[in-house]
Amino acid sequence: MSDALVFHFDVDGENFTSAGQASTQVKKNLRQLGLPPDIIRRVSIAMYEGEINMVIHANGGTADVSVTEEYVEIVLKDQGPGIPNVEQAMQEGFSTATDSIRSLGFGAGMGLPNMKRYTDSMEIDTVIGVGTTITMRVNL
Amino acid sequence: MTRNTYEHSVQLDVSKCTGCTNCLRRCPTEAIRIWEGHAKINEARCIDCGECIRTCDNNAKKAVVGRLEDMDRFRYKIALPAPSLYGQFDNLDDVDYVLDGLLKIGFDDVFEVSKAAELVSAYTRQYLKTEGIKLPVISSACPVVVRLIALRFPSLNDNVMHMLPPMEVAATLARQRAKVQHPELADDEIGVCFISPCPAKASYVKNGFADYKSGVDVVISMSDVYFSLISKMSRGDDVDSMTESGMVGIGWATSGGEATALFNDEYLAADGIENIINVLEQIENGNIPPVKFIELDACTAGCVGGVLTVQNPYIAKTRLQSLRRYLPVSKNFLAPEDLEYIPELYLFNDLPVYEPMSLLSHNMAESMRMMADIQRLRDSLPGIDCGACGAPNCRALAEDIIKGKAQLQDCKILEK
Repeated sequence: MSDALVFHFDVDGENFTSAGQASTQVKKNLRQLGLPPDIIRRVSIAMYEGEINMVIHANGGTADVSVTEEYVEIVLKDQGPGIPNVEQAMQEGFSTATDSIRSLGFGAGMGLPNMKRYTDSMEIDTVIGVGTTITMRVNL
Repeated sequence: MTRNTYEHSVQLDVSKCTGCTNCLRRCPTEAIRIWEGHAKINEARCIDCGECIRTCDNNAKKAVVGRLEDMDRFRYKIALPAPSLYGQFDNLDDVDYVLDGLLKIGFDDVFEVSKAAELVSAYTRQYLKTEGIKLPVISSACPVVVRLIALRFPSLNDNVMHMLPPMEVAATLARQRAKVQHPELADDEIGVCFISPCPAKASYVKNGFADYKSGVDVVISMSDVYFSLISKMSRGDDVDSMTESGMVGIGWATSGGEATALFNDEYLAADGIENIINVLEQIENGNIPPVKFIELDACTAGCVGGVLTVQNPYIAKTRLQSLRRYLPVSKNFLAPEDLEYIPELYLFNDLPVYEPMSLLSHNMAESMRMMADIQRLRDSLPGIDCGACGAPNCRALAEDIIKGKAQLQDCKILEK
């Protein structure tokens, strides 16, 4: 297996207007690599949702995207409050977002479900009060 | 390969270019480099948006379009004025003065693009009811948008509406009318001339869509025809009533005009190149409200903002508002039976093929190696994006170096 190409991003939790920048950059990079449009779309949606979640719930974090010839892996890591009930959080429409977040058009409770839907595998590693790490893969 | 076969309308006059970095930074697709003291446009990346023409203080960037004299070779000359033309004149209270002026400068007939636009709007309302179409439907009227999607947003290709732009429909209908009124004319004796607000329309006429050849023969610039037209236009004299379009048709000249003509509030209308790129990104991310129709205009304020217009876009927009005020909503109605199916002349089949403009290599392993090198190299560059090397930013220079098109010594800051 060839070495993975890694893109690292710091997702700024203070600045809501910059949310989505990392996924836009990843999309550009994947286009340059010549990945099929459908793969790029799935990766960018999953990453976008995850990035927004980190900004809304965890005051930001880091995103590492590794590309190999077999898959694209997205690792989102934050030091936020953690997810108390993962099963509940995975349900479509479940959301703990505040009204002010909802007024911006986010917080519809589709973030995690979409991340799962658009990727081939997703693992959630969460500890209350410590943080959450989500690892997603899209196979090529 | 179909790469690089797109014929452009934005060109550089080398003698006027001073090699400044104004256009370099403004180009939304990073198609420009300053090499050997002047700008070079990468044709595979250029989308003919005209931003570089707008920003050049030396008038070194120009739109290559036709001239009025190019129509001399036709026996019967038809003008197709874009509705944005009507917004260029001060104190104009009637479109007929413009149409009459066009006849006075030598055209035999005038077919308003705004008339065709009303028909396109009527059929678009129908098109949106088609079962199985991919929502949101993205308008194909702005040629910059269609090319941008082909180069950069391939996953949205299926959302592009397969209806021809009003200019094209106008060309076909104008020709049909000429043949009916003058059966003695041969096909090649009839010339159709579009009076354009932008160079992208000229490029569209040269290239068509994938399998579709344009019916327009000559594209001339609005600013080119402006002075000859204004000197021939009468004001106050009795002119024949000719206009065949209403509020809907003229509304197409400004952003939101095409969308509001659908009589349905489930739409999004955006204008300005940065905004439309951002909206396309957001559609790809699935992050827009559930709308049925998306109108995107590359120029600020819509077609009135085209680089070949004379007047400031917002002033033109205000003029069009007063011009529209007492017009009927539309002058082109279609009976219910006409709306049962969309005639062939309004449709095209295939879009331009996806040509990933930024692709590093056709071999993925090779692309990955190159990108790793680019990232390393970029980190070693100053990161101030000054443009002095001739690339728009440090990242672009790193790419150029890895692709063998530039050298590390090109960086003026590292050289110091």
